[in-house]
Amino acid sequence: MGAGHAHRLYRHGHSPVHALPPHAKLAATFAFVVVVVSTPRAAMWAFGLYAVLLALVAYAARVPAGFLLKRLLIEVPFVAFAVLMPFVAEGERVEVLGMSLSVNGLWGAWNVLAKGTLGVAASVLLASTTELRELLLGLQRLKLPPLLVQIASFMIRYGDVITDEMRRMRIARESRGFEAKGVRHWGVLAKSAGALFIRSYERGERVHLAMVSRGYAGSMPVIDEVTASRAQWSYALALPFAALVVCVLGWTL
Amino acid sequence: MHVPDGFIDAPTSVATGVAAAAAVAVSLRGARRELDERTAPLAGLVAAFIFAVQMLNFPVAAGTSGHLLGGALAAILVGPYTGALCISVVLLMQGVLFADGGLTALGVNITNMAVVGVVVAYAVFRLLVKVLPRTRGSITAASFVAALVSVPAAALAFTFLFWIGGTTDVSIGKVATAMVGVHLLIGIGEAAITALTVGAVIAVRPDLVYGARDLRRPLKLRVGDELVDAPAPAAGQPAAARASRRTLWIGGLVTSLVLAGFVSFYASASPDGLEKVAEDKGFAESAEEHATADSPLADYGVKDIDNARLSGGLAGVIGVGVTVVAGSAVFWAVRRRRTDEGADTSPTSAGV
Repeated sequence: MGAGHAHRLYRHGHSPVHALPPHAKLAATFAFVVVVVSTPRAAMWAFGLYAVLLALVAYAARVPAGFLLKRLLIEVPFVAFAVLMPFVAEGERVEVLGMSLSVNGLWGAWNVLAKGTLGVAASVLLASTTELRELLLGLQRLKLPPLLVQIASFMIRYGDVITDEMRRMRIARESRGFEAKGVRHWGVLAKSAGALFIRSYERGERVHLAMVSRGYAGSMPVIDEVTASRAQWSYALALPFAALVVCVLGWTL
Repeated sequence: MHVPDGFIDAPTSVATGVAAAAAVAVSLRGARRELDERTAPLAGLVAAFIFAVQMLNFPVAAGTSGHLLGGALAAILVGPYTGALCISVVLLMQGVLFADGGLTALGVNITNMAVVGVVVAYAVFRLLVKVLPRTRGSITAASFVAALVSVPAAALAFTFLFWIGGTTDVSIGKVATAMVGVHLLIGIGEAAITALTVGAVIAVRPDLVYGARDLRRPLKLRVGDELVDAPAPAAGQPAAARASRRTLWIGGLVTSLVLAGFVSFYASASPDGLEKVAEDKGFAESAEEHATADSPLADYGVKDIDNARLSGGLAGVIGVGVTVVAGSAVFWAVRRRRTDEGADTSPTSAGV
């Protein structure tokens, strides 16, 4: 596990954004996305300003544009959806390049594309500047039920282990000449999935016994409490507040 | 089916967020009852399993492949509460860590996939297990049907939310037909994989399958040369009562399915104008776009259910199925609480 105490999206760094306490970052990201979603879609310039705000954060976090754009690709299925929206939506239609498109559909496509992209970009920035453990501490700090945070932390901690186990099973299958070609081979794959479940469940029982033998009684000890100073909070919340100003302008103008 | 930001408007997102939070709170309590103090590690590992198994590719044909969504599988393997909880945690982590599904749409995603998907799957499963003979084969068959129903049910729930708070003016009929049509196909794949996986686990460790705990036989001891019942901790129901109740279940289920499928098949014999327009204009496109947009499983292939009667009938079956299932879930919960209160002396038999 030499390399892997960070998740795939994390990008190590020492920028001011990296240094912010995780719960402040989580709250700021969430507030920003809420503000973006509640902006009227007709205020196109507002979304441009949001993108500029995010670009500023990315600059401050020293996250390269290429990295950010590559991570945005996760959105592609919904881009396909948005592109097809003008063809199926109701309402008056306009002729564009010889195709009949719905005006409403065009607005809808723009709405989904703009808000979805900004949301994904904000999440990517959060994930690329916050370590896994910090993120979980932040969630706990934001008063998520401790049990939920514990479950999430076990999922994250053992996610790689279980995925590796699955990879080893795949290698074992392939080295015996198995190649899944179609529906006929689902039985074999499903047996692997079943075996994976049994292994995961049994590992969970072992982990529990190991925890009990080390004195676990229902809650995890808190050894590193994260705190945020007033300055850090205001620094983190600068983003959603700036966005809020833009949003209010978008509603009034 | 990971909904991004901006797809559902803010008030609906907030409302579903509240609903999802309540559902998570309920399933946290329920999971503690299902797993007692082992909840954290076991639910965590099961969530990791769901997360991993979603990456397992099942080839369909000609280079396309699909994968499991896992709602029905989780419900059957570890119980409804733990299942819903695990799926919620997976969705939360996917949203926060992998930017998969919008942060404001988290409530929508949890409501659709973790709550509706899991609850419908488990209710259908329980219903069928009650009706079918008590064998391993019927557990597998029940898992098949449960997964088959749960995926379009989640799609229907999404359509409902889209109807309330969708940001685009697409006619609800179109969305519903496309979503349910495509997800019926996806559901077939999900059902096959779920049933095969549950079958594989039952073959090796039947004791781990939450949905198969009724299969456990009473302990028998061999005394001398004959089998003697070990002193049972709790007495079961009389056989006659069980049999008559089963007949009642079967009768009700068959009647409602026949009514829903058949009658609505003929009731909607002439498609209304809106549906006709939907069929004539770019309807196939909408189906295809949903296929790529709404689920990673979409690669199963896209065929349109363009027969209005057929899709109406199917929607009827699903709708009534969901209603019946919700009603019997409430009934079942109430009855179980009553038996829980009655059987305080033996926590092992009352524990879920």
